[in-house]
Amino acid sequence: MNLPDPNQLIDQLAERIRPRLQPECALLGIHTGGVWVMEALVERLGVDLPRGVLDIAFYRDDFSRIGLHPEVKPSSIPFEVEGRHILLIDDVFYTGRTIRAAMNLVFDYGRPASIRLAVLVDRGGRELPLCPDYTGVKMDMEAGQNISLEQDEGGRLRLMMKQEAA
Amino acid sequence: MSRNLQLTEDGKLRHLLTLDGLPARILTQILDTAESFVSIGDREVKKVPLLRGKAVFNLFFENSTRTRTTFEIAAKRLSADVFNLNIATSATNKGETLLDTVANLSAMQADMFVVRHASSGAPHLIARHVAPHISVVNAGDGRCAHPTQGLLDMFTIRHYKGGFHNLRVAIVGDVLHSRVARSQIHALTTLGCPEVRVVAPRTLLPRDVESMGVHVHHTMETGIKDVDVIIMLRLQNERMQGDLLPSAGEYYKHWGLTPEKMKLAKPDAIVMHPGPMNRGVEIDSDVADGKHSVILPQVTFGIAVRMAVMSMVAGSGA
Repeated sequence: MNLPDPNQLIDQLAERIRPRLQPECALLGIHTGGVWVMEALVERLGVDLPRGVLDIAFYRDDFSRIGLHPEVKPSSIPFEVEGRHILLIDDVFYTGRTIRAAMNLVFDYGRPASIRLAVLVDRGGRELPLCPDYTGVKMDMEAGQNISLEQDEGGRLRLMMKQEAA
Repeated sequence: MSRNLQLTEDGKLRHLLTLDGLPARILTQILDTAESFVSIGDREVKKVPLLRGKAVFNLFFENSTRTRTTFEIAAKRLSADVFNLNIATSATNKGETLLDTVANLSAMQADMFVVRHASSGAPHLIARHVAPHISVVNAGDGRCAHPTQGLLDMFTIRHYKGGFHNLRVAIVGDVLHSRVARSQIHALTTLGCPEVRVVAPRTLLPRDVESMGVHVHHTMETGIKDVDVIIMLRLQNERMQGDLLPSAGEYYKHWGLTPEKMKLAKPDAIVMHPGPMNRGVEIDSDVADGKHSVILPQVTFGIAVRMAVMSMVAGSGA
C-alpha cells in the first residue's frame, strides 16, 4: 500500500486548524509521534502558541494487563489549563483509549474550556465514543496491521506500516 | 537467590529487596520513572490513577517516621488504598509469626507489602512466601539493605550532578551498622561512579568493606578532599554507649562535618544525610542548613522514587 506523505497531511491539517485558532488556544502533543506532529504544525501555523507534552503511561487502562511502560517521559504542561481551549495532537487514532487517558491527565491539571483532537491518521477500529475533530487521512486497516509515524535522523517524518505476526 | 526473587523471568522488577545485584538497567529505569513522578507534586491534582483499587500494607516492625510517611504519600499519590499497621500493638506481640501475619493480611486481599524489620532478610522471607500477585518492597531490614533510600540518594546525586561517571563520592560515618551505606555503595558502583570512598574510624567499618569496591579513608582530611558528594551517616546513639567510640564530643571533633571541613571538598559539593540527623554530632547545623545541603530535597525526591518503585513492582505481574 502506498502511504501518504505526513508532511502534506500536516500542511492540510494546519490549513484547517488556522481559521479556528483563538487567543486562549494551547497545544498538547502526545509522546512521541504527537509531539512531532505538534512541532511541525506550530512551524506551519507560524504562531507562538503555548504548548506542552503528555506521556499517558500513568493513565493507561491496560496497566494491570501489561504493567508500566519501560520508558515513561515526564509530562509537561507549562501553562494554566483552567479555561484554556486545548488542541490535543496525536499521530495515529485507533481505539481511542490513548485519548481518553490523555483527557484524564489534562483534567488533573485543571478544567479546560474545551478540548479538540487533531490526528495525522485515523486508522479505524475505535472502541470508545470519541472522534477526532481534524484528521489528516482516514484509512481502513485490519486489526493485525500497525501504522506508526517515524522520524529519521534528519528530522524527516514518514509513516510506516507493519504486519503483526499472527 | 535474591536476584531471581527480585526480577520476573522477562527481567521486570517483581519485588524490591536489595540493590545488591540489580542491573544498572533497572536502577536507571527506576530513576527515569521517578523523574516523571516529580512534577506530579506541582499539579492541581497530585494523584495518578495507576494503583487504583490496590491495597498497600505498610508493615513497620521497627520505628520510622520519614520512610513510612513518604511510602504512604507515594502510595496515595498512585491512588492505592494504604493501611498502616501498628505492629507494636498487633498480634505479633501476642506471639503470631511473621509469615502468619503476612498470610492473614494476604487473606484480606493485600496487593503489596512495604516492610521494615529489625532482622536482616525478613522482606526476602515474605517475598518467598507471598502469592504471585503480591509484591514486597523493603523499607529497611536489619543491617542489610534500605534500597529505596539508596535509590533516592542516587536520584538526588543525578539531579544535582547530572550523572555518576565523573564523580567522587564520600560516605562518612558508621558504615558498619548502616543498611543505607550498603545500598548506596551497591547503587553507586553499579551506576558507574568511579570513586566511592568510605570515611570512618576502623571500629565503624565492616572488615570486608574493600571487597565492595570502595576506597577506605580513616581521616576526614583525606576522605572528603576534592569530593563532589558527601553523604553523612547517622551516628546511632546506642553505638556511643559501647566501646566503639569515646564520646559524642570526641566523634564530632574528628568526624563531624563542619564549615571548616567543608572547605576540603569541591566548592560545588553537595551534602546529603538520610536522616534523622544528630546536629552537633555527625553534622554541624551550619552545614545541615547551609548552601551545600540537599537534605530536604532528598526527602521530597523520596516520594517520587517510591512511586516509581511501587508502580513498577505492581505492574510486573501483568
